[in-house]
Amino acid sequence: MQYADEFRDPVKARTLVDEISKLATPLSKARGRPLQVMEVCGGHTHTIFRYGLKTLLPEDTLEFVHGPGCPVCVLPMGRVDDCIALARDPNIIFTTFGDAMRVPGSAGSLLQAKAEGADVRMVYSPLDALKIARENPMREVVFFALGFETTMPSTALTVLQARREGIRNFSLFCNHITIIPTIKAILDSPELTLDGFLGPGHVSMVIGNRPYDFIAERYQRPIVVAGFEPLDILQSLWMLLKQLQEGRCEVENQYKRIVPETGNAEALAAVAEVFELREFFEWRGLGSIDHSGIRMRAAFADYDAERKFTLPGLSIADPKSCQCGEVLKGVIKPHQCKVFGTSCTPERPLGALMVSSEGACAAYYRFGRIDIKPVALAPVTS
Amino acid sequence: MKMNGPHGKPKHNGVVTLAHGGGGSAMRKLIENIILPAFDNPLLAALEDQATVSLAELLAHGDRLAFTTDSYVVTPMIFPGGDIGKLAVCGTVNDLAVSGARPLYLSCGLIIEEGLQMAQLAMMVESIAQTARAAGVSVVTGDTKVVERGAADKLFINTAGIGVIPAGVNISASRAQPGDKVIVNGSLGDHGVAILLARNELALEAEVVSDCQPLHGLVTAMLAVCQDIHCLRDATRGGVATVLNEFATSSKVGIRLTETAIPVNETVRGACEILGLDPLYLANEGKLVAVVPASHADAVLAAMRAHPTGHAAAIVGEVTAEPAGRVILSTALGGYRVVDVLVGEQLPRIC
Repeated sequence: MQYADEFRDPVKARTLVDEISKLATPLSKARGRPLQVMEVCGGHTHTIFRYGLKTLLPEDTLEFVHGPGCPVCVLPMGRVDDCIALARDPNIIFTTFGDAMRVPGSAGSLLQAKAEGADVRMVYSPLDALKIARENPMREVVFFALGFETTMPSTALTVLQARREGIRNFSLFCNHITIIPTIKAILDSPELTLDGFLGPGHVSMVIGNRPYDFIAERYQRPIVVAGFEPLDILQSLWMLLKQLQEGRCEVENQYKRIVPETGNAEALAAVAEVFELREFFEWRGLGSIDHSGIRMRAAFADYDAERKFTLPGLSIADPKSCQCGEVLKGVIKPHQCKVFGTSCTPERPLGALMVSSEGACAAYYRFGRIDIKPVALAPVTS
Repeated sequence: MKMNGPHGKPKHNGVVTLAHGGGGSAMRKLIENIILPAFDNPLLAALEDQATVSLAELLAHGDRLAFTTDSYVVTPMIFPGGDIGKLAVCGTVNDLAVSGARPLYLSCGLIIEEGLQMAQLAMMVESIAQTARAAGVSVVTGDTKVVERGAADKLFINTAGIGVIPAGVNISASRAQPGDKVIVNGSLGDHGVAILLARNELALEAEVVSDCQPLHGLVTAMLAVCQDIHCLRDATRGGVATVLNEFATSSKVGIRLTETAIPVNETVRGACEILGLDPLYLANEGKLVAVVPASHADAVLAAMRAHPTGHAAAIVGEVTAEPAGRVILSTALGGYRVVDVLVGEQLPRIC
C-alpha cells in the first residue's frame, strides 16, 4: 500500500491543481467556454469520482467528458440476451466477471437468470473458468469474454492453454472490443467539441502508444496516456493543458512506469493468434462501429461459443428515452439526461452508462448527485 | 448423561439424519446429548415448550424491554476469527446492545441439512454456548429442524434475544444533531474480507481475522461516561456507509466523514484495492458506529479505547445541518464525494 499512497499525496495534488487552474483560465477564456477533456477509460472516471478530483478542479474552466471506456456499459442488449440463452442451457455452466451480472438485457440480467435456476458462476479470471471446465468434464463451460485490449491477452492465453491441455468442453462467448475505432467514431462526430484526451493506461500497456498517433496527426488533438492513481490523472491533465498552451498536438505517455512505447509483444502475439476483427459491432449508446468488435479466428472454432451453440443473435434497440450516446460524446452531462435518476438508476439501469460502477452516469449518481459546498471542519482529533 | 468417550472427550459419531428432526427418540437423544449439556441452565432444562422469565427480575435491570431476532446463514461455517455459532450469538447480542440494553436471554433455532457431521454440529452448539457464557446471556429456549439435503446449506441458525434498557437511556437513529461527533470502535471491513478470503475463490493469500465479538461491554463503558449517546448501530451488512446513511435520513442531518481518520487494517485496505471494494461498505460483526454530543466525544473515545473491543476507536466525522440526508466524505486527497447507500451487492470491478 505504501506504493499506492505515494500517488495519493494531498500536498502534491494541491500543487498540481494550482498549476492546472493557472493553465486552464487563459485557455478557456480564448475559447469562450470551459476546456473539455475526455477520459477514455472507465477506470479514470472511477478515480475522478472516488477521490473527488472533480471537486478539486475549477469547474468553470475545465470539464471532464466521460468516455466510452467501460466495456460492461457499452454491451448491447442483444448480446446480454445471448448470454442468458446460453446460461439457460442445462448443460452449460456460464462463467462471467461480477460486473457483467447486473447488465440488463431485453428480459432481465444474468443475475435474474441465475435466480431462476441458470448455472451462472462469477469468476475473477478466465483461468478460473478453465479450472471449472477441467473439474466438470461432462458439462460445457462458457466464459463471457469481455473488455478492451486490457483483458484480451488473458482470454487469448486461456484459450491457448485449453488447446494445449486438450480441454474440449471450454469455449468463449467473445465480446471483446477495441478502443481505437471507437475514439475515431467519437472524433468524427459533428457535435464534437473535445480539446484533448486522457488515454487509457491499461489498454496502452498492451498496444503501446503508436496506435494513438492519428489523434494528434489527423484530428489535431493532444492525448496523454494516463495512470489510474489520482496524481497520475492530475499530472496527465497538466501535461495535456501544457500541450494546448504551447500549441502542440502529441501523444505523450505519463504512465511510463507501466506502459512501454511499443506495447507488449507477447500479449499482442497471443491476441493475434486467437482473435480477428469483426466487420462491425454494435455498441450500446453509440450504435454500430466498423471494425470495433473482436471475434475468434476460424482455427479456434471449437472454442467459440458462437459457432458451437445456436444463439438468438437478435439486435435490440436501446430504449428511446436513453441519451447515453449524447453523454458519451460529451454533448450533455449525465444529470442532464431526461431519465437520469428517475426511470434510470443503478438499481434499474435503462442506459449503458448507469450499469457498471465505471459508467459515467453511475458515478454521477453515486458520488456526485448534488452540489456539495465545501464545509470547513475543525481538524479531527484522534 | 452418557456423552463422554473413554478419554473424557465428548464423542459424537455419524451424521444428522431426517430422524433427528422427527420429534421421536432420535431427536430426544440429540437434544439430551448435544444441546442440553452445552447450554446447561435451569430455564432450558425444564424442557417446556417455552421459557418462563420472572418480570420482577427483568424490571431490576431497567424500564424497557429490547427484543430482536436475526438469522445466520454464513458460508463457510467456520472462518478465521469465528464460526456460525459465535456469529449467531454476537449478532443478536449486538443488536440488543446498541439500544443500550443489557442482553439477558436468547432463543436458538437450528435448521440442519441432513448429512451434517454430528461432530460439526456439536462443535457449533458448543461455540454458541461458549460465546453466550462469555457474553453473560443464557440460551433459554430453542428448536431443532432437519431438512433434506439441498434444502439448507449445512446449518442455519436463528437467534432471538431479550434485553432490558436502563431508565434514562434513549438511543435512536433519529437523534443525531449538528455538531455531534461520529465514532467507530476500530478497523472497518475485517469480517467482510475474512469471509471473502475464507471462501478460497480468490487466489489471494492474506491473514484477515473476522472481528466477530460481542459489544455490550463496550456499550456499557460508553454509557457510563455519556448516558446521552444519540445514535448507535452495529455496522453489519452494508457497513458503516449504510448505517450513517440511515442516521442522516432519520435525523434529517448531513454527516461529514474524514477519510484519513477512518481506521482500516492494512491487509483489508490492500484486498479492497485489488478487488475494487470500499471498506465503508464491507460487513463487520464487532464494530459499532456512535453519534455522541461533541461535549462528551473525548470522554466516550477515552472510555472506548480503555476497553478491549474499542482500543482502536476513532472519531471519524461529524454531524452537519446540510445537506440533510446525505453522507459526504472528505477524501484523503483533499476533494470530497457523496457516500451513498449501496445498490445490490458490492461486486468486484473487472478492469
